[in-house]
Amino acid sequence: MINLNPLWDWFRTLHETTGINLTIFYDPFDRARFFNGFLTSLRLMAICLVASVVIGVVGAWVQRSRMLVLRAITQGYVQFFRNTPPLVQLYFFYFALGSYVRITSPTGLSVPAVSNFSWAAIGLSLYAGAFNIEIFRAGIEAVPRETIEAAEALGYSRLKAYVYIILPLAFRISLPALNNNLVNLVKTTTIAYAIAVPEMLYVANQIWSDELNVPEMMNVLLVIYVSLVALLVFVMGRWERALRVPGYTPA
Amino acid sequence: MPAWTPDQPLIRIRDVHLSFGAVQVLNGISLDVMKGDVICIIGPSGAGKSTLLRCVNALVPIDRGSILVEGQEVHDAKLDKLALRRKVGMVFQQYNLFPHRTALDNVMMAPIHVLKRPRGEVEQEARALMRKVRLEGKEGSYPGELSGGQQQRVAIARSLAMQPDVMLFDEVTAALDPETVKEVLVTIRELAEEGMTCMIVTHEMGFAREIADEIYFTDRGVVVEHGPPAEFFAHSRDPRTRQFLSQIL
Ligand SMILES: Nc1ncnc2c1ncn2[C@@H]1O[C@H](COP(=O)(O)OP(=O)(O)O)[C@@H](O)[C@H]1O
Ligand SMILES: [Mg+2]
Repeated sequence: MINLNPLWDWFRTLHETTGINLTIFYDPFDRARFFNGFLTSLRLMAICLVASVVIGVVGAWVQRSRMLVLRAITQGYVQFFRNTPPLVQLYFFYFALGSYVRITSPTGLSVPAVSNFSWAAIGLSLYAGAFNIEIFRAGIEAVPRETIEAAEALGYSRLKAYVYIILPLAFRISLPALNNNLVNLVKTTTIAYAIAVPEMLYVANQIWSDELNVPEMMNVLLVIYVSLVALLVFVMGRWERALRVPGYTPA
Repeated sequence: MPAWTPDQPLIRIRDVHLSFGAVQVLNGISLDVMKGDVICIIGPSGAGKSTLLRCVNALVPIDRGSILVEGQEVHDAKLDKLALRRKVGMVFQQYNLFPHRTALDNVMMAPIHVLKRPRGEVEQEARALMRKVRLEGKEGSYPGELSGGQQQRVAIARSLAMQPDVMLFDEVTAALDPETVKEVLVTIRELAEEGMTCMIVTHEMGFAREIADEIYFTDRGVVVEHGPPAEFFAHSRDPRTRQFLSQIL
């Protein structure tokens, strides 16, 4: 283990000499709670990124279903989540649904069955997933009808054609739009603050309330979010390059 | 229904009607293809030739009539489409390869995904097919890196990988540069010589004359007249046929 104490001490000195008060480095208690907030944010982002892409892929498939009811339900879901503010959605889940979804604990108390974190994960996944469905649907529509027909002529079922041909092509077409939406999702995870999920913004707020270092914490947050978004954009760019096929330009 | 035997037509099309909205595309078309036969379908653009081929493969449902492939009604609601499409290979004007997979993958995909055959075995056959269509060395190329003629030959190999009993070709040289038309025609001729049953829609009259056992001239969704090439080209009677031939020859 590297000894980080000199680094922490440097921040303490920085505070003493310049007044820039970054307790999250030199104060073990603040450091621990901020680090936990950071991890909570990362977990929330990771879960929502994966879940929203899965929702997008499955939803775009259902939108091609022959069953009108399924298509109507998906369409209703997409419209609802695209056209209402994510914060209102989150409140709806937490306060409206959350007050019904309760279980009786061993001690006989009625307690929420779903934690704040889980509600945030569910709400944000559904929110970003609705956009992903639309994004993949547009990608699927850009896959040439003739390519799908060639798959059918080779005996591919609808599902197999979707998995092996339509989706891989649609995905490449959708990547730039997906990119934007996932960046947006990473930023939107901060609204979990509103239902007291101890993510980064929430703990930063606790810290600046205790330490009165609002400007410092704001800067820390901005730097971290810019870095996380940059990391995501970098990874997505790598992915886009890895999926690139010689001689093929996605529509 | 008695089982199909090879002395009966492999494809039997009877009085097929089909309209898209107000447009009557197939207007009572009938024809037979015996096992091992090569038939060429010619006719003006819009005659319904592509639509007919697509009906044989159940890609388009028909309104009326009957299409039997090896004695099986194609437009039976209970039809096993997978079983039909295993028997019937189809090659398109625009090749329609899967652009995200290599040439070899294009050939291997359907046997693996659809027939669930073991990859090793399929790969051996696919490499043999690539040689057969003279594309050795292009296995790792993506469709976008190949010429039109090369792509079309990959498409032929891709169809053959399903080991079909009959191949449908829909104007497969129409989108090609003149210099690559020949390489595709050579491939089709070799197939025909090996005894593959073929239904070929084409505008290449020289090719049709040389390869076909029977030529069908279609216009406005019906067979206007048909006959063996020598007879057909020398003694066509219908004015529509003669006008078409005079324009194209
Ligand atoms: N899916 C479709 N929907 C509507 N009209 C179609 C469709 N497919 C073909 N047609 C029409 O049917 C007619 C015959 O088309 P096609 O079979 O492609 O003719 P050919 O291959 O002989 O040139 C044309 O008028 C075409 O516009
Ligand atoms: Mg056509």
